[in-house]
Amino acid sequence: MENYETYEYDVLVVGAGGAGLRAVIAAREAGCSVGLVCKSLLGKAHTVMAEGGVAAALNNMTNPDGTKEGDSWEVHFVDTMKGGAFLNNWRMVEIFAKEAPERVLELEQYGAVFDRTPEGLIAQRPFGGHRYRRLNHVGDRTGLELIRTLQDKAVGVGMNVHMEVTLTRLLKDGDRVVGAFGYYRSSGKFVVFRARAVVLATGGWGRMYMYTSNSWEGTGDGVMMACEAGAELIDMEMVQFHPTGMIWPPGMRGILVTEGVRGEGGILLNSKGERFMFNPEYMPPLYKGQFAETPEEAERWLVDKKNNRRPPELLPRDVVARAIYREVEAGRGSKHGGVYLDVTHRGAEYIKRKLPSMYEQFHALGNLDITKEPMEVYPTIHYAMGGIRVEPETGATSVPGLFAAGEVAGGLHGANRLGGNSLSDIIVFGKRAGDGAAAYAKTVEHGTIDPAQIEEEVDYLLAPLEAQSGENPYQIHQELQEAMQKHCMIARTEKGLLTCLEKIQELRRRAQNLKVDGDRFFNPGWHAARDIRFMLKTSEVIVRCALERQESRGAQWRLDYPDRDDAFWGKVNLIVTQVGDQFRIERRPLPEMPAELKALIEKYGK
Amino acid sequence: MEKVTLKVFRGDVMGGELVTYEVPTQPGMVVLDAIHYIQKNIDGSLAARWNCKAAKCGSCSAEVNGKPRLMCKSRVDEYPEGVITVTPMRAFPLLKDLVTDVSWNYRVSAKIPPLVPKPEVAGKPFRMQQEDVDRVQEFRKCIECFLCQDVCHVLREHDRKDGFFGPRQMVKLAALEMHPMDNLNRREQLKNEAGIGFCNITKCCTEVCPEHIHITDNAIIPLKERVADDYFDPVQGLLRRVGLIKREKKQPMDSVPNEQTRIHTESLQRAK
Repeated sequence: MENYETYEYDVLVVGAGGAGLRAVIAAREAGCSVGLVCKSLLGKAHTVMAEGGVAAALNNMTNPDGTKEGDSWEVHFVDTMKGGAFLNNWRMVEIFAKEAPERVLELEQYGAVFDRTPEGLIAQRPFGGHRYRRLNHVGDRTGLELIRTLQDKAVGVGMNVHMEVTLTRLLKDGDRVVGAFGYYRSSGKFVVFRARAVVLATGGWGRMYMYTSNSWEGTGDGVMMACEAGAELIDMEMVQFHPTGMIWPPGMRGILVTEGVRGEGGILLNSKGERFMFNPEYMPPLYKGQFAETPEEAERWLVDKKNNRRPPELLPRDVVARAIYREVEAGRGSKHGGVYLDVTHRGAEYIKRKLPSMYEQFHALGNLDITKEPMEVYPTIHYAMGGIRVEPETGATSVPGLFAAGEVAGGLHGANRLGGNSLSDIIVFGKRAGDGAAAYAKTVEHGTIDPAQIEEEVDYLLAPLEAQSGENPYQIHQELQEAMQKHCMIARTEKGLLTCLEKIQELRRRAQNLKVDGDRFFNPGWHAARDIRFMLKTSEVIVRCALERQESRGAQWRLDYPDRDDAFWGKVNLIVTQVGDQFRIERRPLPEMPAELKALIEKYGK
Repeated sequence: MEKVTLKVFRGDVMGGELVTYEVPTQPGMVVLDAIHYIQKNIDGSLAARWNCKAAKCGSCSAEVNGKPRLMCKSRVDEYPEGVITVTPMRAFPLLKDLVTDVSWNYRVSAKIPPLVPKPEVAGKPFRMQQEDVDRVQEFRKCIECFLCQDVCHVLREHDRKDGFFGPRQMVKLAALEMHPMDNLNRREQLKNEAGIGFCNITKCCTEVCPEHIHITDNAIIPLKERVADDYFDPVQGLLRRVGLIKREKKQPMDSVPNEQTRIHTESLQRAK
């Protein structure tokens, strides 16, 4: 067997998006040696894709009469619980809403340069599901600002960065995670990391769908590595469809159009020119009376937010995505099968200043001037609410030595995530997981790694290169994408989900025998062979959970169970564990919310 | 179906050649789509970097018909002659096909300390007016695609990576130097280690910037002026000495701890 390099750290952080970088900073500040592993180059993670802003109740914004809008962590707490259809872990949401402002202000100290209010404070914009203007932003490139700020700060506190390394297996000593194994993408050489604690911050999974805003990285490797190591997963059926992805031209399909467009006054129109979000059928009872009921009121809200209600285009993402789906199904779709998103009435100068990267994206890639013409949009796979179950305080998973934060962790967003909450999620829980991992690392010695675990993984990785014949991983990927897009998308039925499950099982059988050409030297085909196996298993978990939850809630919309069932399904999370090669799903009661938080929901929820 | 011909560099340090591929086109197709088509349908071992496919991450940098560009932002129909040549960035060591070793950029970047807030605002929310941060925000649009580094004569033709940090890092330093709350004297580093004097203002970097940052006019030239004011201008020096003008008091570079960040890369050795 070949020799491989071994590195040893107190804390190993896997993933270099916002959560991973924030964990690095926390673990370093706690005095640990830290290794950071990322699949791409540093600073390219999905965090850069976030556009609209980072939600935190700083209450910087003023009404026309000079009074403050009145935002607080309490209102942010309630908005987030409501947006998640109350499936969220209340304790995570409480920590999140309380700590987000401090984490955002800390970014400014690290060097982030947010847009300013006339008073010189951080400017905040309105967003779907947030009662007040709460999204601290930098034009429409807030994610880039976050990742670059955290990247520079993490480099400043000192770490060892392993770029373009794909990890494929967590290594264990008994029950405990003590390291990880993978390969350098460039040379194809294997590498072992030994660590007292491992933080997974590997982000989400969307590549199993055909139209997605995810890059090649979103294959579910992080969540599945954790599951294979024994960790519990939660709410895996909850996959977010961002209501407004680009639909034309075809080369651009799936690329995101920020919710900021609607926050800045963009309106949704069907082919008849109707502003369909005013259709009362689309208004969920929970939000009735809180949104403008006429286009005139919605227009007035743009200048006077105190005395008018917000436009219904700013309902939570799941609601808007379903409305778009139903308009298109009813034959009122746009030329290329979406709906129109029009922001032209805000004027060219305003659009270019507030939405510069959207302007550029459509101008350069779509031959379309959004200051003059409406965009065509349709829901696209965007975000995973579910993930690894973690302890709210520390990010600890159910496996000792393993921590998780950010999109790969579940529980915070419940059945649907509000826009802007992901960027505050990663800084709040990235720090907590970094602190948690550092505290744990100080209590344990390095574990012993049984080489048999590594040998098994090496054989598994090399098989497709050594095979004489076999399936092409790209072909399997395409068939998986077609099945998931057709049957496990926005509208789900038992029949469709069962068909999808059958297809996934067939593909899993076929994927046992893969064949790729070439050698290990920067070979995307070889990388795809391991990725597809993670994607197949992740897809199976999503479909099984979607089948199990026989109701409609948040992102889970079952045509055969169209109602929300608070009496039964509203009281349980679905917890997934791997037993042998099978997945076990448990319905676990939600933790009981304390009375003072229930009172907040009574007070602010109406 | 309409087709486009791609000539793609295939090879590594041992040598290589342009290989021709025929790829069917679709409306709005970009060069990166064509590369993905080749990987999926013709040769899965073609190496290329990409992430967001929306010109936000700066991963898919290459040279398209000899010009440094993002492949995700290069529309196939921009090349009506129907033949598109795609080669790797030339200023960095080749790894394989379209992938180069850009780790030098990260090592240099690690030498630039992050923001050091002025003592009076440390730990407090900043009060800054929008017009005071407009310029800094222009620089912070940088997506680190390194196309400016690729096209820079100092790095590309003269390979002076030992003396000059390159346009990307000039933009990074400008964002810090012009930040209203930064308290570190950046000019020391600009003059010495970062080698701002190497730049002879040919503006090639500005031309290739996909974020349209005015690298030369807004970052490098003002930085050169500030360095000149501090170190070379005899009149200013005299006025300072007699106390008629005061230099803004900022912390010296060596006042911040230099934590060691190591950027590991695996490069040219092939695994068997």
